[in-house]
Amino acid sequence: MRKEPIEVKEREAKDRISGFEEVVLGYSEKEALGEASRCIQCKNPICISGCPVGIDIKKFIYEITQKKYDQAYFTIREKNNFPAICGRICPAEYQCRKACVFTKKDSPFASKEAINIHFLERFIGDYGMKNNLSVPLARCTGGKYIKVAVVGSGPAGLCCSGELGRRGIKVTVFEGLHKLGGVLRYGIPPFRLPRDILDFEIDYLKKLGVEFMPNCIVGKTKTLAGLFKEGFKEIFLGLGAGIPSFLGIKGENLCNVYSANEFLTRVNLMQAYSFPRFHTPVNIGRHVVVIGGGNTAMDAARVALRLQKMKGLTPDTTILYRRSEVEMPARRLEIEHAKEEGINFKLLVKPEEFYGDEKGFVQRLRSLECKLGEPDDSGRRRPVPVEGSDFDIKCDLAIIAIGLKANQILTSVTPELKVDKYLDVVVNPDTMETSLKGVFAGGDIVGGEGTVIEAMGMAKKASEAMLEYCSM
Amino acid sequence: MKVIRREILGETLDTRIIRLDVLSPDIAREAKPGQFIALMVKEEGERIPLTIVDRDQVKGTITLIFQEAGLTTRLLGGLNKDDLLYSVAGPLGHPTEINNFGKVILVGGGVGIAELYPVAKAMKEAGNYIVTILGARTKDLLLLENELKTVSDQLHITTDDGSYERKGFTTCVLAELLKKDKFALAYAVGPIPMMRRVCAVTKDFNLKTIVSLNALMVDATGMCGCCRVEVDGKTQFSCVDGPEFEGHKVDWDGLVKRNSVYLEQEKHSCNLYK
Repeated sequence: MRKEPIEVKEREAKDRISGFEEVVLGYSEKEALGEASRCIQCKNPICISGCPVGIDIKKFIYEITQKKYDQAYFTIREKNNFPAICGRICPAEYQCRKACVFTKKDSPFASKEAINIHFLERFIGDYGMKNNLSVPLARCTGGKYIKVAVVGSGPAGLCCSGELGRRGIKVTVFEGLHKLGGVLRYGIPPFRLPRDILDFEIDYLKKLGVEFMPNCIVGKTKTLAGLFKEGFKEIFLGLGAGIPSFLGIKGENLCNVYSANEFLTRVNLMQAYSFPRFHTPVNIGRHVVVIGGGNTAMDAARVALRLQKMKGLTPDTTILYRRSEVEMPARRLEIEHAKEEGINFKLLVKPEEFYGDEKGFVQRLRSLECKLGEPDDSGRRRPVPVEGSDFDIKCDLAIIAIGLKANQILTSVTPELKVDKYLDVVVNPDTMETSLKGVFAGGDIVGGEGTVIEAMGMAKKASEAMLEYCSM
Repeated sequence: MKVIRREILGETLDTRIIRLDVLSPDIAREAKPGQFIALMVKEEGERIPLTIVDRDQVKGTITLIFQEAGLTTRLLGGLNKDDLLYSVAGPLGHPTEINNFGKVILVGGGVGIAELYPVAKAMKEAGNYIVTILGARTKDLLLLENELKTVSDQLHITTDDGSYERKGFTTCVLAELLKKDKFALAYAVGPIPMMRRVCAVTKDFNLKTIVSLNALMVDATGMCGCCRVEVDGKTQFSCVDGPEFEGHKVDWDGLVKRNSVYLEQEKHSCNLYK
């Protein structure tokens, strides 16, 4: 008889919106054992094909059922340096869980019955942290002394430096901002990824001997040619996507119209929620709209709602999306969490123009209703605005979360580095090597926005090629 | 990121202008006129942009000059020699386009005079004939007079209160000079109202005018879009597309409004700090 999935414990919605404490509390040992025992240990474990870094899911779940948690931890760590991070933020319902044999055929994402692989991964990741298992698997030992530069300390950069670091390569990571972690730090809010976990996983890399240089913007502070001159034999570019896209509609530069990147950076990186103890301010409105349907839109909306609550306002935050819920690219869990917390969803809406007051502060957003038409290139049904359906939405703060474009700080000063029409870096898909010899790339700067684990998958592939390259 | 030298350049009852030389060999090596850095005084602090006024590649230092206005500049002004800044990143933004244009007229107001200096120096080195107009609120806040004298062919000075040289605004002198002579380029940096007035004057003479904008920024590397400004009807990021733009195309109203978004919080922080 098939067992029911074990639900994960969460902080109550009414409690969690008063602060930035973690929402998902994770499995207890008993719950993890219960969930792991649901896995039928398929002869052909197709779930693994859904994991961008190829974790041996079948094996680590089996090890959980045997209570061999240490081994489960090392099984994951063989492929993924950051189980406590990925167990929290991977969109598992589009990846391993979607591939799980329990997912119904032709479902757009994992069925409820699919094994909660991500919660099991998190359980093991946290177990490893608590039991100090993250001692380096190998340390820079003997062999050739090779220096490698990693540009960017986001998911791709961290993954690449971990892979190379544990194989004895001397890695230096250059980060433009003053803190490490890239989007994990400035983009993902602490209630999804607590900062002690991020710090712990970065500390592990430091223990491996990886060196970090914050405040160094490659392309500005140093050039690629300069890095080679300093003796780095290879360079990995994990620059991230960077530049926020705007809608290109009138009134978009009014005061209190933010990009999600700005809003989240102020709150997550600069800790504006602790203003004035932290000096960076952020505004909050009585009526907040967030435009977009991805994880960033969910994050921005949930942060805004918390700020409203913390300021003593009646929470009123609305997500506007031009398609319907099933087309939303966000993790299903985030959509559920947003709903539980009281975020309004206004679907099939296309923003037309922002209007403001005489001081230039946004007041309302004119929008059109949409219908769903034929599928577009992405395979999702295209939103078609309905003529004459325009209506106004009251908003005194708007957050635009419709995606990112490539940051050109490095590519614009490095013409030898080939880019495509989106200004993303072009790589050989087998090795992730760029048009520049010895320079590899991965993450959002290759092929546009993706997920954290996809970035890590690319970085892993690059690190294999980099190891081969430096042994030549 | 250590403070190597600190000097008070100007002081009145309500404000000070301070020079800091900060050790940062990588930035000193790469910095070009017109570029800036993003700095944080301490971990809880804001990231603010400041123009790189000068550099010393041998000592590996960059020179910053700022007026104490908000909380961050006051904290910065409170640093002493050998103190450490929490973070300094740069050089950011596009450098000034330096060419032999011919006759160039430069206008600097307030602490913007410090930002004008590296541009004036580079323009002079490129063989231009340099006419410089400096404006300060009062004599005690006038900066770098001697330095600018050495790189200018003509130097004109105004003070708002008439405490030194000519009483009045830079734009009065600018209008007079433009009537008398033909210039290839104007460059202005200072408070927004001044840059705006300069642009109004030069527009009548059809004189291309470059301005260096001081929009609010967070990361200052293109990631957040806080510093966006409309130029020629298009949204630009001051940090990565600027900080310099053609002044006649800038939406000044929009810039003034966007720069006022956090005035209340700024006042609150300053009061707490007092």
